[in-house]
Amino acid sequence: MKQKWTPAKIATYVVLIFWALTTLYPFVWVILNSFREKGLIRKESFSIPLPGSGLTMGNYAKAMDRFDFGNAYLNSLLVSVAVTVAVVILAGLAAYGLVRYRFRLRGFLYSLIMAGMMFPVFSTIIPVFRMEAAWGIASSGNRWLSLLAVILPQIAGNLCFAIIVLMGFIESVPIELEESAYVDGCHVFQVYFHIIMPAAKSSFATVAIFSFLWSYNDLFTQNFFLRVPREKTITLLLNEISSQAGVDYGLMAASVVLIVAPVLAVYIMLQKHIIKGLTAGAVKG
Amino acid sequence: MNASSTLYKRKGPLVIFLVPAFLFLILFLYYPFVQNIINSFSDITGLGAPASGLNTPWYANYVTLFSDPKLRTALGNTVLLTVCTVVFQVGIALILALLVDSIRVGAQLFRTLYFFPIVISATALGLMFNLIFLYNGGMLNQLLTNLGLITENIDWKDPSHFMATMFAPVMWQYVGFYFVIMITGLNNISQDLYEAAALDGCTGLHRVRYITLPLLRNVLCTCLVLAITGALKVFDLPWVMFGAGMPQDQGWLTGTYMYDQTFNRGNVDYGSTIAILIVVLGVVLSNVANRVFRPRHDI
Repeated sequence: MKQKWTPAKIATYVVLIFWALTTLYPFVWVILNSFREKGLIRKESFSIPLPGSGLTMGNYAKAMDRFDFGNAYLNSLLVSVAVTVAVVILAGLAAYGLVRYRFRLRGFLYSLIMAGMMFPVFSTIIPVFRMEAAWGIASSGNRWLSLLAVILPQIAGNLCFAIIVLMGFIESVPIELEESAYVDGCHVFQVYFHIIMPAAKSSFATVAIFSFLWSYNDLFTQNFFLRVPREKTITLLLNEISSQAGVDYGLMAASVVLIVAPVLAVYIMLQKHIIKGLTAGAVKG
Repeated sequence: MNASSTLYKRKGPLVIFLVPAFLFLILFLYYPFVQNIINSFSDITGLGAPASGLNTPWYANYVTLFSDPKLRTALGNTVLLTVCTVVFQVGIALILALLVDSIRVGAQLFRTLYFFPIVISATALGLMFNLIFLYNGGMLNQLLTNLGLITENIDWKDPSHFMATMFAPVMWQYVGFYFVIMITGLNNISQDLYEAAALDGCTGLHRVRYITLPLLRNVLCTCLVLAITGALKVFDLPWVMFGAGMPQDQGWLTGTYMYDQTFNRGNVDYGSTIAILIVVLGVVLSNVANRVFRPRHDI
């Protein structure tokens, strides 16, 4: 269909493009400056760095050389994948149980989950730390145990949100399907794995993506449990760089790009799921 | 979903569905939170240190809560941030959602771009904004100088500018989140309704006022509650950008103040008290929002 360019339509696009620039431009600026030679950022950060006039890979070389990015990526990946898998399994089962079964504590459990979304992580972290220290997981000096110490509270922190989103989705799955599967002799677990999970696939994808992102991006919990250099994750590394880089803005820009790049790649590949799944759960139409 | 089906009459499997998740929640969320309440009445001087009995009087921290000038600053800033979040974040998101809903070309692209800041960690964003708001050679100062709007660099973190410098990135980051929720709400409004309205001569702003907004009320309410609880918990962006209460103890938020008390000053029991204040505020404010907008509850 052909669009008519009325003044109202033009104004609409102007506003929309303006906001798009505010979300996009800062990143472009940082990426450009990550390739710029040291002294030039303050003077002419708006030109495009070209070979021969300030373009350099030096910032990246310095970042990779001075900081152990490979190890940090590995730690981050281990933590985030473990959290994601656990959240998807636990939240899926719980959401299914809460949506389909009628039992006395149901309303109470639902309120508990809603309340759980409100607890700021700083209000739970100290008791969690003490508990895990008593179990011998936290501050044990063992890299894998330390990572586990981060994984456990992160799972709990993402569960409430995940259960709420999944409940919204599972509610919209027609129950007749499950009924007929049951009549055909399916056990309730088979119903869950063969009917519910495929039907709510995109909301499971959303929950997985968000758990991954929040775990990967979390600074607070990781900062608390991971103190030894070889345990450092990518966000912690960034935090460390920012305190060490001082006025080396090129190094800082390059580090920001190195940390953001993997997330960005995931986002661009999966953005359809992110947006579709998130909203279907949050908004019951 | 009122008629319970025969499939779900036998409650046995429920144990397997619910127990693992709730075990996690109890161990790592509810139990620590209760412990936190107890801590707020106890005397704890260090992170690893056990409580050395109750405070005297046991509610001492709650007395401090009312007389602490820094906490008053933090509360003032946080309430202001909450109001700004509700007005601007949800407001901008609503306007953008209505506009994107009215166009065909590029709608998908705008959706992708608007959501994009949310996937980036606040640490990375904080560093980025530090580069942008840099006094000498930051993006903003260079931009304004190039446009001829200023002749002298502005110190964006001084007492007269820091508020905007702190709030803008926080609000900017999450506009896309509410935008996406609203866009879905808009998509759920049936096209027939708009056509019927058009027959009655109801178009443009009238249509927005009398059809779109009332139908979007549930969604708006969800956004409000999320925005309020979100604003109360804000921590990492201001922390990376401003650190401990800069400038001159005027820049505290409840989140950053609580963190500072607990982890930098070893005032663990007082920190626990502030955490409880945050939760209570969140519950009260989101209940007020729910009351005012009174959405239809399905559960």
